Amino acid sequence: MSDIVISAKDLGLTFQTGDGPIHALKDVNLDVRQGDFVSFIGPSGCGKTTFLRVMADLEQPTAGTITVNGTSPEEARRARAYGYVFQAAGLYPWRTIGGNIRLPLEIMGYSRDEQARRTADVLELVELGGFEKKYPWQLSGGMQQRASIARALAFDADLLLMDEPFGALDEIVRDHLNEQLLKLWDRTGKTICFVTHSIPEAVYLSTRIVVMSPRPGRIADVIESPLPRERPLDIRDSREFIEIAHRVRDGLRAGHGDD
Amino acid sequence: MGWLLGAVAAWLIGWQINSRLARRPLSRATAFAGPVIFGLTVILIWECLVRGLDISPVLLPPPSQIIQTFGASLPLLWRDFVQTVVKGALTGYVLGCSAAVLLAVAIDRFPFLKRGLLPVGSFMAALPIIGLAPILVMWFGFDWQSKAAVVVVMVFFPMLVNTVEGLSDTGAMQRDLMRTYAAGYWKTLFKLRLPAAMPFIFNGLKIATTLALIGAIVAEFFGSPTKGMGFRISISVGQLAMDLVWAEIVVAAIAGSAFYGAIALLEKTLTFWHPSQRGRM
Ligand SMILES: Nc1ncnc2c1ncn2[C@@H]1O[C@H](COP(=O)(O)OP(=O)(O)OP(=O)(O)O)[C@@H](O)[C@H]1O
Ligand SMILES: [Mg+2]
Repeated sequence: MSDIVISAKDLGLTFQTGDGPIHALKDVNLDVRQGDFVSFIGPSGCGKTTFLRVMADLEQPTAGTITVNGTSPEEARRARAYGYVFQAAGLYPWRTIGGNIRLPLEIMGYSRDEQARRTADVLELVELGGFEKKYPWQLSGGMQQRASIARALAFDADLLLMDEPFGALDEIVRDHLNEQLLKLWDRTGKTICFVTHSIPEAVYLSTRIVVMSPRPGRIADVIESPLPRERPLDIRDSREFIEIAHRVRDGLRAGHGDD
Repeated sequence: MGWLLGAVAAWLIGWQINSRLARRPLSRATAFAGPVIFGLTVILIWECLVRGLDISPVLLPPPSQIIQTFGASLPLLWRDFVQTVVKGALTGYVLGCSAAVLLAVAIDRFPFLKRGLLPVGSFMAALPIIGLAPILVMWFGFDWQSKAAVVVVMVFFPMLVNTVEGLSDTGAMQRDLMRTYAAGYWKTLFKLRLPAAMPFIFNGLKIATTLALIGAIVAEFFGSPTKGMGFRISISVGQLAMDLVWAEIVVAAIAGSAFYGAIALLEKTLTFWHPSQRGRM
């Protein structure tokens, strides 16, 4: 088995809309290796969500090919190969927080004991320990988002697809969850694809940063991070960190320049 | 003359109490007392006017007489209630509503059914009950079975339309989530779409309670054994025994409110999560 988890070749996706076609993705080539933490960054509408949805078999490409774990995205989805965190929490209001986290476990047929154990574990991980019996609408937006992350972590998918999971959170909580996510990634060796709008977040978390540009959505730059796996929060003040952040910013500017 | 003055007095006193209650902060007690006092006032005015103006009891019996008849005919009223409400209306309600929900799921599973069955449903709903009831009495006999059949026909369509509507009331993200879990049709139905449809289903169930009661009572006008609320009303009218007619109306009003209230209570406990219910927890 090769250690390539996601492989996109000349991938393209054009939405046919009322006012003409929209090229959400064009000529996208990317390989994501086992254990990579890849961030996707780029201006709004450059196709980050669309790319993630193609990996998840929620959207069908109109050009090129993509494989997930060496198979088609559909087979990967059927094999429950990934956990997906949406841009909004999307918890079911008739289920408690615990019930929402148990949802995938129930569907995938985990035993009751196992469901309870895993639910408690992931709730602890996102620091929602005492909130298992609360309903989503009784929690703040940030807490709901953390619950939705816990929901994606509850089952053993080796691949995590996260679409701006921390976009709605305040700086402090965000820092904290970034740290937690890095620890989780380091401990479990999961492969993570992570969409963000924040340059520091992308640099802090990633082993590779994919800079995208809009109209048509394509990859402008791929930056390999020289930062070590072990990353305390204050690494963000180091010279290396600032250099990478500059490169990301330059890439974003270049993408913006041509329109 | 004294009775007429009494009517005016009852009106003034009831008005005074309620306007005072309305100025007090809303609490459980004031919310309950308002309608009760209003109801009592209406009954008092009714009593006084009927006596004061010497209205014939055939046109409008006084409430005191209705209460008296009610008390004196309890066994009779109970038998009629069991025949019409419990056997006719409830059976038809349960059968009609469950059939409608099952068909709604079938329509949802096999969309081609939608084009065929929804028009049939709306055609059934358009049939006038006075045309339908005699036919169903012919088919299913005089006893409660034919009344239940009328009720089935009446509750079926509103229930079907509401459930079909409810089953499509899920967000794109909620459905995508199920897709990422590779959840099949039935798991998506039970874990996502039926719970999401609950507010719509209860809407249908509430509308159906009134329809069921009307259907069961009116159907008895077209043939029934010698019991039942509709039967009693139609023969009592013939005998000019209006007090008994009114007593049956009281039974129907109580049964209808209790039925509706029970469904509304069930709704409140099952769809507490819906924004329309949350404030009332
Ligand atoms: N279902 C759809 N139908 C038509 N056009 C779509 C659809 N989904 C996305 N698009 C278009 O594709 C382009 C890329 O959208 P996408 O959601 O991937 O952007 P994004 O990079 O995630 O943006 P943001 O940072 O704002 O979330 C946009 O121009 C959008 O309008
Ligand atoms: Mg997006």
